[in-house]
Amino acid sequence: MSQSHAAQHVHHELGFWRKYVFSTDHKIVAIQYLITAMTMAVIGGILSMLMRYQLAWPSMLSPTLGKLMPDAFAGGVMKPEFYVSLVTMHGTIMVFFLFTAVLTGGFGNFLIPLQIGARDMAFPFLNALSYWVFLLSCIVIFSALFVTTGAPLGGWTGYAPLSAVPEAGPGQGTGVTLWITALALFTVSGLMGGLNYITTILTMRTRGMSMMRLPLTQWSLLITAILGLLAFPVLLAAGILLMFDRMGGTSFFVPAGIIMNQMPIAHSGGHPLLWQHLFWFFGHPEVYIVVLPAMGMASDILSTFCRKPIFSYRMMVYSMVAIAVLSFVVWGHHMFVSGMNPFLGSVFTLTTLLIAVPSAIKTFNWLGTVWGARIRFTAAGLFAIGFVSMFVSGGLSGIFLGTSAADIQLQDTAFVVAHFHLVMAIAPLFAAFGGLYFWFPKMFARFMNETLGRIHFWLTFIGVYCVFFPMHVIGIGGQMRRIYDPTQYMFLVPQQPVNVFITIAAFILGAGQLIFLFNFFFSIFAGKRAVERNPWHATTLEWTAPTPPGHGNFGEELPTVYRWPFDYSVPGEKEDFVPQTVPATVVAK
Amino acid sequence: MPIVVEERRRVSPPPPIQPAGHGGDGDFGDSGAAFPISKGQIGIWILLTAIIMLFAGLSSAYIVLRGVPSWQNIELPSLLWPNTAVLLLSSLAVELSRRAIRRNDLQSMKRWLAAGGVLGLTFLAGQLAAWRQLARAGVYLPSTLQSSFFYILSGLHGLHLLGGIAGLSIVLVMALRNRLSAFRYEPLKLCSTYWHVMDALWVYLFLLLLLS
Amino acid sequence: MADGSGPGRVTSSGIALAGLLLILILASLYLFIAQPYWFPVLASEHGGRIDSLFGTVLVVTGIAFVLVQGALGLFIARYGANGNERAAYWHDNPRVEAILLITTAVILTVLVFMGQRVWASVYFADQPQNATIIQITGEQFFWNFHYPGSDGQFGRTDTKLITSTNNIGLDRNDPVAKDDVVSVGVMHVPIGKPVRVRLRSKDVIHSFFLPNFRLKQDAVPGMAIEVWFTPTRAGQYEIACAELCGLGHYRMKAALTVDESEEKFNEWLKMAAEQQ
Repeated sequence: MSQSHAAQHVHHELGFWRKYVFSTDHKIVAIQYLITAMTMAVIGGILSMLMRYQLAWPSMLSPTLGKLMPDAFAGGVMKPEFYVSLVTMHGTIMVFFLFTAVLTGGFGNFLIPLQIGARDMAFPFLNALSYWVFLLSCIVIFSALFVTTGAPLGGWTGYAPLSAVPEAGPGQGTGVTLWITALALFTVSGLMGGLNYITTILTMRTRGMSMMRLPLTQWSLLITAILGLLAFPVLLAAGILLMFDRMGGTSFFVPAGIIMNQMPIAHSGGHPLLWQHLFWFFGHPEVYIVVLPAMGMASDILSTFCRKPIFSYRMMVYSMVAIAVLSFVVWGHHMFVSGMNPFLGSVFTLTTLLIAVPSAIKTFNWLGTVWGARIRFTAAGLFAIGFVSMFVSGGLSGIFLGTSAADIQLQDTAFVVAHFHLVMAIAPLFAAFGGLYFWFPKMFARFMNETLGRIHFWLTFIGVYCVFFPMHVIGIGGQMRRIYDPTQYMFLVPQQPVNVFITIAAFILGAGQLIFLFNFFFSIFAGKRAVERNPWHATTLEWTAPTPPGHGNFGEELPTVYRWPFDYSVPGEKEDFVPQTVPATVVAK
Repeated sequence: MPIVVEERRRVSPPPPIQPAGHGGDGDFGDSGAAFPISKGQIGIWILLTAIIMLFAGLSSAYIVLRGVPSWQNIELPSLLWPNTAVLLLSSLAVELSRRAIRRNDLQSMKRWLAAGGVLGLTFLAGQLAAWRQLARAGVYLPSTLQSSFFYILSGLHGLHLLGGIAGLSIVLVMALRNRLSAFRYEPLKLCSTYWHVMDALWVYLFLLLLLS
Repeated sequence: MADGSGPGRVTSSGIALAGLLLILILASLYLFIAQPYWFPVLASEHGGRIDSLFGTVLVVTGIAFVLVQGALGLFIARYGANGNERAAYWHDNPRVEAILLITTAVILTVLVFMGQRVWASVYFADQPQNATIIQITGEQFFWNFHYPGSDGQFGRTDTKLITSTNNIGLDRNDPVAKDDVVSVGVMHVPIGKPVRVRLRSKDVIHSFFLPNFRLKQDAVPGMAIEVWFTPTRAGQYEIACAELCGLGHYRMKAALTVDESEEKFNEWLKMAAEQQ
């Protein structure tokens, strides 16, 4: 059969557009996701640089910026509404259009068929469509930055009634409409992708690839896709109701009797907390949708460069499942001081600290992987190690926030910002960088420059800790989130030097990423050629495919799997790794 | 020097050779590797799960807001009752179509499928008429919380049903081109699954609105 | 060792990373022990319990932080690749796993219970009877403080009566409202006496944040939410809004004065009443 299939794959040669642009090949779709997500990352990053600039030197006269962005700067000074819209757009772009897209859309698409031994996704056309809808959603959210009435300023969390009543502020008109539309499109794109990821992993594994022989990357992508399936539609539901509140005169989230700008707003019966419940019921699984693939990828890359099996593969799988299940019952920890019933506060504290247990197990297992290893300090390996450090730092600060009574003081301060950046942005970023350095040769048949990669790592590692570690402390000091000018408060003025330090560190960190961008794009065209199939001496199936894999991935014969993916440093073996496709050699004694 | 026998846990002999045609390539209509459920089946249930979660989110909003003091029940348009019967009949028609193809009765299959589609369209027309009924009674989208939910829930359901009708049409065209048989009718199976769930979803939504 | 036991090669990358992790540990110890920037000075009775809880969590997470980041650094430094040497092949230890799992769960459960005690003392304790009661209405972008006056009763408020000089729509014709005081942006409370605040919002969600008092509660339109605290330290403090409420969120501050005595507080109240 596989031979006739191979025959079917000897197509007439596709033209440039069908082959590289409107392709249904999962590898092309993956690279499209990667490049688009990287573009969104640059945009989101620039927004954060502007935010940090304002925070360090509030209301500084900036004639150059004022000339570049006259609508955002009044008389050379940043407008407060622009600052808050920066906050909103930065968060929205990074959470959805960078992290969710790059990890599941980018790496998921590239790796799933290759690592399970399939020729493509289950529904290739739908898969390609998911990218184009994603691109459309990117264009819509990007356009929200340029709307004359202002970009949305409700935060990425879009709490009602601020987001439900257009009169509540500049940008809350068309800006919010575009925001909701972009997220709805993103949800549809995600569903089309998730359909593929789940179906492919379940039904298209090659001979011998049982579930417990899957790389952790695959487990994480499967679990994440299921999470997305269950969580994103609830966001869509909330968005639909919000849209009707804004345009249809309904009152799901807006109570009666509110007054804005001295004018009564005609609504009745709605409840603002309903938005929060719906949003966070989605929102909490969403943060695990971001971090689980990162955990899976980092685990596999770590194992590869430690030349040692991941410690307790079984518990790694079970803990990911536990995290996914528990993620649906912790959402109230975002709402401890929201006015919800305090009894729920107690319940959610319990469930939140419970979810820390499987995360702790994973941390011990990463440590157990590094213990006794023989580490190869490639750029990819360094980033995988860095992931562990970042996740530990971010995860531990979560314990403060999960304890409801302690959260009273820390809620909505920079402490929360530090926590979620480390655990949901930086740790996944490290995993993504590790993944890019690692799989780049397979994707592009070239290597990224190792030296530049290592420099990138050291700069980023030091940079992110300089930016986000001190942030915990100013949060303890009481600096609120989303504040245009902390120096308005006397009690925050003594901390202002820390804001300056963080901003300068952020600028250096941001500049350091240019090294990566240069390395990435330069290497696609002029990097050292990668001819060998398995430059890193790894065990998983993608490294048995040609470099780069052609359409159909594996040539005439699909691989057969005989072992799990962690046979590194097996005693008695000739090499320090045994690929999954190598059968057992049994010799009579 | 003898090579050590591997631990049993790490390596096991490969599974029995699959018959030709199953190499891990999920094929249209056939199951891939060793997984007992076909790609199409999994795909349709994933889609249905997402749709169910959408309505679950809306339902939970409904239940929460049901408790607010300003809640007012509206009188649901009387057309909904016969309309629901029409939808149930359409499900019956689609089911009969599926059974017809199982015994290779292509004529009946096409007839029942077309009937199902027509009944589905009738239902949608009926929903629009029910909306008109309600509007004539002076109850619009923003009138009360329950009316808002009624229009939105029935509207969203209708949109999804329209998608189901599109699916039915595609299957009908396939049938007219003789692409279906008693051994290859997965598209019809998938369509009927989707259709029955949409039917059940409407019954659920109707009850939710009724029993408030 | 060729068979994977024993240390690998100590590499420059390993030392560098270990060094950075050590600096991280030292810096965090400095920040969290020497506390160059820390919580604002404590001025409430229940706040002490919250600070203690924070301290406990800090010790627990601090120890975990030092141990884990330290172990990571140590292993990175010690186990660098060394030619063709194999790593150790072991990859499971159910006993150790179980011990770690149970220990973590136990520690976290203890934290849950400790936290619960503090949470309950804030939210499930009985309302204090002799409290100063203030109705606080947040709006874009300032805080209104409504005092009931000597009759202890709040005058009727109605949104239809809201004007630019009557932010909360107080019905001045209501006999009970004659002695009410509505103060914009300025809040006074006497020291040592519990304060019950009833939080409302006119437009969007705001959050009443008293950093020195370890108090934070969202003000949600359509809801009237009550929280209480007891000030224990006289002085001037700042009130902030802690929930994004629009472009002016950053300047939605107010001033809280804890008067050294009930007399001083009543003096202020009288003065404020004259200005109504």
